[in-house]
Amino acid sequence: MHNKSVAELSRDLAAGEVSSVELTQHFLDRIKQEDSKYNSFITVCEDEALADARKADERRRQGDATPWTGIPFAHKDIFCTNGVRTTCASKMLENFVPPYDATVTANFRDAGAVCLGKTNMDEFAMGSSNETSYFGAATNPWGSDLVPGGSSGGSAAAVAARLAPAATATDTGGSIRQPAALCGVTGLKPTYGRVSRYGMIAFASSLDQAGTMARTAEDNAMMLNVMAGYDAKDSTCIDRAVPDYTATLQEPLTGLKIGLPKEYFTDQLSPAMAQTIRDAIAEYEQLGATVKEVSLPNANLAIAAYYVIAPAEASANLSRFDGVRYGYRCEDPRDLLDLYTRTREEGFGAEVKRRILVGSYALSAGYYDAYYLKAQKVRRLIQQDFVNALKDVDVLMSPTCPSPAFATGEKANDPVTMYLEDIFTIAVNLAGLPALSLPAGLVDGLPVGLQIIGDYFSEARLLNAAHQYQQVTDWHQRTPE
Amino acid sequence: MTISREDVEKVAMLARIRVDEQQVSELEKDLGNILNLVDQLQSANTENTEPMAHPLDAVQKLRADEVTETNQREAFQAIAPATEAGLYLVPKVID
Repeated sequence: MHNKSVAELSRDLAAGEVSSVELTQHFLDRIKQEDSKYNSFITVCEDEALADARKADERRRQGDATPWTGIPFAHKDIFCTNGVRTTCASKMLENFVPPYDATVTANFRDAGAVCLGKTNMDEFAMGSSNETSYFGAATNPWGSDLVPGGSSGGSAAAVAARLAPAATATDTGGSIRQPAALCGVTGLKPTYGRVSRYGMIAFASSLDQAGTMARTAEDNAMMLNVMAGYDAKDSTCIDRAVPDYTATLQEPLTGLKIGLPKEYFTDQLSPAMAQTIRDAIAEYEQLGATVKEVSLPNANLAIAAYYVIAPAEASANLSRFDGVRYGYRCEDPRDLLDLYTRTREEGFGAEVKRRILVGSYALSAGYYDAYYLKAQKVRRLIQQDFVNALKDVDVLMSPTCPSPAFATGEKANDPVTMYLEDIFTIAVNLAGLPALSLPAGLVDGLPVGLQIIGDYFSEARLLNAAHQYQQVTDWHQRTPE
Repeated sequence: MTISREDVEKVAMLARIRVDEQQVSELEKDLGNILNLVDQLQSANTENTEPMAHPLDAVQKLRADEVTETNQREAFQAIAPATEAGLYLVPKVID
């Protein structure tokens, strides 16, 4: 049952072959039996899930079901869930129970989906290995000594280990695509503004975007159908019609023009990685696509721009954690300053503090122009590169990350080395474009992700391209062990 | 780009994060490395480039000046570390 896709489970529920209660109990049992190995969940909501499953079965009996009614899934622990602890993997929010739902949470609730629990992540989504989680790192189902990637590492591990058929995720610099690649699942970061950020705990507001993670492109399309759309509660959300993302999955790829950014195919890519990506692109040519080289001349500046903009915005967003209104508060503060400084010292982990300090420095008097303003200008150069490249081609393809999953601890003590993990994913966030990662082969027995980048609001095309590839390959069906 | 101990201490105070002696030394190194990484930005020619805040250059939507939220003080204060009589409690600020 746990090897079935969301689409298959949805059909089984509609045909009455299984009930949501049975399905939900099955996944809860799997989490109980297996998750001590992966630590992919921070919170499991057994009682709430079974109550929601009973409601879903009742709703189906009344003939009011949606494709998601009764489907179990998991939320990254960054989405506020009314009445269920939402930690963002931080000591600061260890006991935070939100009094409201994120819009993404409400959308799944309205569709009748059943939330199994909240998945592990890097603290406040800052990390590429899941190792900054206050609740301990999640591990990669492909190897207990390997990281699942981050920040949405728990979502990727849970889907790869078949503990949930799908999970929500967020992507600020690669936090959906990189863990999806490292765990061998399919993940989509939509266009900035396509999905509401309301109730999604903020990291870097001009880059953060909620997205999808599941084994198949079709399941990602089903998720985006629920998540996408305008929301007046998020002032950066775009008011634009939402297509049915499943409706165009079957379209042939004949004539699809693929661009390969030459800056993403450099010597730093191992021969085995490069060959795997070339094989995947050859498969696309078999499907009728044409390929040409394109250039993103400012690609080398993306990491630098990101590590000014993201920490700067984070330093502002995380100033709200003051020990006064909610969250952690230090013991016996002497005075107000002691309350603030000690609460934040004790409540935040090392990487979060580093980023707040870098951001505060970049925004401080005398440095704003040299750092933040300069980075925002470079950001436009990077965006223009993509706009120019996408005039000639429909999509861009590249590896999602430079290598397969790395060992726990390998990069944990060197922030700059860890930052380079996002070298192929980060520019997409700066430009606000949609991109997905899909499993495209194995190197050393570990999954490799192919990244497909599209023009603004081209999610349907990206999902179509991924779905067609998954009709002729089975990399997305491979399981660890 | 180097960053001094004094810079680290100053910025930690600006960010309201307490740092001890040993942390200052580590942060001096880590922040220095990160600032070296981002210094590549200075090589970019951005003379005629406008800064970019929103990828689609969207602007803030305006809404009618009407009350849309209901008061939920009890729900919000139920999760606060310390409250009394509907107020949030902090250490004494004025003698």
